[in-house]
Amino acid sequence: MEKNELIPHLFRTEYSKITAVLCKLFGFEHIEIAEDLASDTFLSASETWSLKGLPENPVAWLYTVAKNKAKNYLRHESVFQKKVAAQLKYSAAATDHTPEIDLSDQNIQDSQLQMMFAICHPAIIAEAQIGLALRILCGFGIEEIADAFLSNKETITKRLQRAKDKLRAEQIKIEFPGPADIHKRLETVLRTLYLLFNEGYYSASHNSSIRKDLCLEAMRLTSLLLAHEATNTPAVHALLALMSFQSSRFDARVNPAGEMVLYDDQDTSLWNQELILQGEAFLHTASQGSALTKYHLEAGIAYWHTIKADTPEKWNFILQFYNHLLQMEYSPVTALNRTYALSKAQGKPAAITEALKLNLSGLHLYHVLLGELYTGIDNAKAMACFETALELAVAPADHKVIRQKMERCR
Amino acid sequence: MKDFLFVYRVDASTMANRSPEEMQANTQRWMDWIGSIAAQNKLGDRGNRLYPTGKVVKPNQVVTDGPYTELKESLGGYSIVKAASLDEAAELAKGCPVLEVGGNVEVREINAM
Repeated sequence: MEKNELIPHLFRTEYSKITAVLCKLFGFEHIEIAEDLASDTFLSASETWSLKGLPENPVAWLYTVAKNKAKNYLRHESVFQKKVAAQLKYSAAATDHTPEIDLSDQNIQDSQLQMMFAICHPAIIAEAQIGLALRILCGFGIEEIADAFLSNKETITKRLQRAKDKLRAEQIKIEFPGPADIHKRLETVLRTLYLLFNEGYYSASHNSSIRKDLCLEAMRLTSLLLAHEATNTPAVHALLALMSFQSSRFDARVNPAGEMVLYDDQDTSLWNQELILQGEAFLHTASQGSALTKYHLEAGIAYWHTIKADTPEKWNFILQFYNHLLQMEYSPVTALNRTYALSKAQGKPAAITEALKLNLSGLHLYHVLLGELYTGIDNAKAMACFETALELAVAPADHKVIRQKMERCR
Repeated sequence: MKDFLFVYRVDASTMANRSPEEMQANTQRWMDWIGSIAAQNKLGDRGNRLYPTGKVVKPNQVVTDGPYTELKESLGGYSIVKAASLDEAAELAKGCPVLEVGGNVEVREINAM
């Protein structure tokens, strides 16, 4: 890897590790110090490496510099020393009264996992949890986060600041929850990881490389949970199965011009078979035991989408998963998807009857669905539905998809 | 939105004589129907099925086994739906699969305590 690519790459992977370890040591109230020390480390790296060339082991170099900077900081900041260092547990070896900074793989993993539980705390709203996770756990820059959320740097900075303030105000500790809380807390963590993945997968952002990174990071963080017995649960396996199946279509769903390719039009030879197999393995382990979460159901739906051929059997399975999912948790999009599956399993007339009961006429996607259902049955009605959808849709990408459907209807 | 109780009644003897295929098809019809209510965001609680056996406790310490399988209208299960009115709730009940096998749905508004 060239140097000008290497630093951003390392930043993404190592910034979050250094921050997590330092923050775990200092406590959440001093997260900015941890972030500054990590950023400073990368500043030194880019200066030194451009003068002297790349060190033999860049990661080890970064860790050594980060450790030294942290120790220096602890020595020289007298205020910090009195207030914080006094509370730190000193390792016996650290005779100069600065704590050992442990950047071993194990401690990095533990710190990131504990940080994940701190960030995904029920006291913080979901949107802020995702932002914090991207910044602190994934090392995303403010600009990248703003791009993923279709927002601007200022808004994101404020949102992250508010979330950090909240974490401090609630005095949330960076630690692994106790046995009594773990189940509930894990639910929140999984929901955030699920939303983080969806943010990447369904985001309207045009930057497809950032979107892919978002999904990969969500998968990496979810995988961290497998390493601990208390968090190695069927729900985690089900979520990983879902993520694997969805990301198997990454290369097929965007064309070289960066535009979305609809499922029906995708080149299946671009589907990643390795990820599909990985998803099947996770779904298999997720199915052991009696736990049935919404991730199981969504993974089941996603599994059937890895089989392109339309059979009534396939769509009937998908319909039953949607039926079940809706009983667990209603959402307008699930209701629309269920109606689409019904049309494939039982025919368009039955689905039209059901669609008309949904009471979702404020959503452009509702009119897109109705238009699809009427196509081939009553094309004039279908066109009218697509027209309404065009009026309601805001994003240019949505307009494009609707126009494509109108073309097919003519 | 108000909550309504759906009580499903059916001739239990017709239920006992079904083939596994019929039972599976029946389960699917129920899932599709409940799924349809859920898709309208009107499902309060899917509820449960009830086993046909039971006991009835009467005054003076009298407890009888319910020979419910002989009853024409055996209590088979219940659900809770959300609807604006009794009429709307009754409308939702019209698609219930129990009707196809000669059963009925009693719709009652829940008077929360």
